[in-house]
Amino acid sequence: MAAIITQETTLPRASIARSPGYWSGVARRLSRDPVALIALGLIVLLVAMAILAPYLAPYDPTKASMIRRLKPVGTPGYLLGTDELGRDMLSRLIYGARLSLIMGVVPVPVAFIIGSAIGIIAGYLGGITNTLIMRTVDVFYAFPSVLLAVALSGTLGSGLGNALVSLTVVFIPQIARVAESVTTQVRRLDYVDAARASGAKGHTIILVHVLGNVLGPIFVFATSLISVSMILASGLSFLGLGVRPPDAEWGLMLNTLRTAIYVNPLVAALPGVMIFLTSICFNLFSDGLRSAMDVKS
Amino acid sequence: MMDAATPLPLASDDPRDRGGPAQPLVSVRGLVRHFPVKGSGFLKPKKVVSAVDGVDFDILKGETLGVVGESGCGKSTTARLLMQLMRPDRGELLFDGESVGETLPLRDYRRQVQMVFQDSYASLNPRLTIEDSIAFGPRVHGVSAKVAIGRAHDLLHRVGLEPGRFAGRYPHELSGGQRQRINIARALALEPRLVILDEAVSALDKSVEAQVLNLLLDLKRDFGLTYMFISHDLNVVRFMCDRVMVMYLGKVCEIGPRDAIFDAPGHPYTAALLASMPKMDPGERTLVPPLSGDPPNPIDPPQGCRFHPRCSFSEDICTRVTPRLVTGLATGQSQHAAACLMRDPGALHSRAPALEEA
Amino acid sequence: MADPMIDIDNLSVTFNRGRKPVKAVNGVSLKVKAGEVVALLGESGSGKSVTMRSLLRLHPKGTTITGRMRVAGQDVTELSARQIADFRGAVTSMVFQEPRLALDPVYTLGQQITETIMRHERIGRQAAFERALKLFEKVRIPSPERRLKTYPHEMSGGMLQRAMIAMALACNPKVLLADEPTTALDATVQIQILLLIRELQAEYGLSVIFVTHDIGVAAEVADRIAVMYAGRIVEEGAVADIIRDPKHPYTQGLLGARVELAGERDRLVTIPGAPPDLTDMPKGCAFAPRCVRVMDVCGNTVPPLIGKGEAGQVACLHYA
Repeated sequence: MAAIITQETTLPRASIARSPGYWSGVARRLSRDPVALIALGLIVLLVAMAILAPYLAPYDPTKASMIRRLKPVGTPGYLLGTDELGRDMLSRLIYGARLSLIMGVVPVPVAFIIGSAIGIIAGYLGGITNTLIMRTVDVFYAFPSVLLAVALSGTLGSGLGNALVSLTVVFIPQIARVAESVTTQVRRLDYVDAARASGAKGHTIILVHVLGNVLGPIFVFATSLISVSMILASGLSFLGLGVRPPDAEWGLMLNTLRTAIYVNPLVAALPGVMIFLTSICFNLFSDGLRSAMDVKS
Repeated sequence: MMDAATPLPLASDDPRDRGGPAQPLVSVRGLVRHFPVKGSGFLKPKKVVSAVDGVDFDILKGETLGVVGESGCGKSTTARLLMQLMRPDRGELLFDGESVGETLPLRDYRRQVQMVFQDSYASLNPRLTIEDSIAFGPRVHGVSAKVAIGRAHDLLHRVGLEPGRFAGRYPHELSGGQRQRINIARALALEPRLVILDEAVSALDKSVEAQVLNLLLDLKRDFGLTYMFISHDLNVVRFMCDRVMVMYLGKVCEIGPRDAIFDAPGHPYTAALLASMPKMDPGERTLVPPLSGDPPNPIDPPQGCRFHPRCSFSEDICTRVTPRLVTGLATGQSQHAAACLMRDPGALHSRAPALEEA
Repeated sequence: MADPMIDIDNLSVTFNRGRKPVKAVNGVSLKVKAGEVVALLGESGSGKSVTMRSLLRLHPKGTTITGRMRVAGQDVTELSARQIADFRGAVTSMVFQEPRLALDPVYTLGQQITETIMRHERIGRQAAFERALKLFEKVRIPSPERRLKTYPHEMSGGMLQRAMIAMALACNPKVLLADEPTTALDATVQIQILLLIRELQAEYGLSVIFVTHDIGVAAEVADRIAVMYAGRIVEEGAVADIIRDPKHPYTQGLLGARVELAGERDRLVTIPGAPPDLTDMPKGCAFAPRCVRVMDVCGNTVPPLIGKGEAGQVACLHYA
């Protein structure tokens, strides 16, 4: 009775009917969601615009001119007008996509990795370890994110790198909280108990049974943070803590154009429109992703 | 009648068998597990749920031990303690004569004891294919991927699912009955000696339940398994089990061979439980409910006999004395024991049998 | 013979939510007399709950309902939104499987019952509260006055189901619909609730449709049993006849699968296979693919319910 299974029948891989994997199902459901697809299309266009900026922009975004300051939208040769130093708005908006997207996108994946690790470990271990980790996280979480970003940036000093670091730190506790709550839920499910009953060690269980089931929801939450990150980044630049002039960045542009709001409101609003458009695209896409990742739908 | 103790021929062929057929596969003594009640203990008196409160029982080799009782009686907690999914506060657990966690390492114990849960969906990882779920256990114990997958296919075949159709699919694509077959296959993948079935068929439709019960009987015979079968359905327990243990509020109130329990229950609670099952004959409908009220909360259980507030034979003595499990009831079965003062010779209950002169 | 209290005629319900329409009920006809208890017996997906919920028009938008339903002389399909709201609770009320989900957690039980009474009748709060108290005594909830002031989460499952029944009877309905009201309860509590429903039914002369998957429960409460399979009634008759002498192969299979009838056999009789896909129903008898007595004609003819009145009816070509 050493081996209760008498014959080992290994079927050739080809003879097994395979269901399409989870992610191909997600892609299929996503492809049926027009709103998410349009949002994704716009994001791709924005990224392409940022990459191809030198080829797309009609003028040098930093070239100023005292004679053609604050031209209105629709001026021949300057389709979207000029700013308070006479720089071409279209060119600046195109170039601005580069820094704005970097500041919006970069902090999120970094915070995703660190925050998920913290949250999953706390959620899986539970008990006193969980309490220690999560209360520490809560201390950071208690500050409003704008305040925390400004305070950190202010302490570290202005500049792109410091702004990125402070935004990352702002997002880690938020992601860790979501990761912890999802992991705590999954941990209570019977299949995790079944895996423990089979004698598997903690790290094997996390890798095989926990990660696959928690990363999806955390990922969806993280994509929704990209829009928040862009707005916070703009805010930092607006306060002079992020990108420094004369570099083009939408938040910074909004700041410098604020003096022109009575002279030429339309031009002054353009960077804001770009920030709004980009962040809403990321939001709509993450909403679509969330429903596409629901297996039962 | 005594078939429960009859050793199965297969059990003694097992090289893992140490103590021989007479030694119980599992011996539990004085098992206790209390849960703190959330929100109590801080500025308030500390409260505990006595989920399992001093439980002793044996599971014999090759038998099916049924465990019955209402919600809150501690049957599921007992299963999880036995599976070592949670640590007991107190108590001793012997597996084939060896102390689990001491002379028998936990990892070796877990190879020999497996569990099937009630919720067939929650007990399968939705992101793993069926074959990967079944092969996970053997892989953990160092079996190569190829062999483990081969074993998974063989087990799928054994539980009545065509491997070519099912091995590569995901749990949400299957019906409840099919998923429960997969959970059974997964439990068998480590070649266990004891399988704990915690309400494993309760969520299934009756016609599917019958199929799965037949499957469990076949697998037990073919693989020489021992079952601990937890259920709230006494009819299913009567069909499946050799011996039955009845639990009430964290304690064993009666344990014995199936026929003794069903034909001559020794504890008033067992009798009430039996009388509560719907009759299949509309000419013999139940007229008076055997018990009134709901099962009590396991926080602050009653003093003395825990069943006394609902018992129609309750006397003053029952509120003060906790009854012990008394063997040798009127059925003449030495294995049949009940924890009721009416069965305890010399107890101060008016219906207690007189002490026999030595 | 007076008109039946409930008269369902050729009811079909199709859900159009997913990719393919789900034909949950396919031509159900059922009559329930005043003061009669009919158990709708079936497994998950048999359409028993859907049939019952149709009587209160509880289906989501986009559901196609055809056929005719009359309850206490009113045509349910014709009622306006306002009329159906008056109809629910006053003429026909319902008891659910999970009272915890059916009751509002932020109001006390007393508030919920008095609101229900005042919604349907022109009486004051005090009078309504007194009626609620009487109802709680009627369903034998201990210390009813105190219990009326508690919130749903403070009560056990059995007590909550009693409160739910009290609420269902608050406006003296003529019809009670019970959707597996004892499935979530322990056996010792289940039998108490079954006896309570039977007692109240006799006292108020209610017509009851009792949906259950447990033939034992049906035997305890019902006068008649209607067995459903894949959205159709396959057999219907007096409870004793169905249990002692089932005609339809599916009913026979269900009874064979009962462990309490297994006796000394060491195996159960089972029905092979699984119920059909409701998005893709077989052309003929829906049970034919699993039937041990299948004939060639079964594959292309849907058998009608045959038989008259008290003797019961069966939808199987062997009896045609």
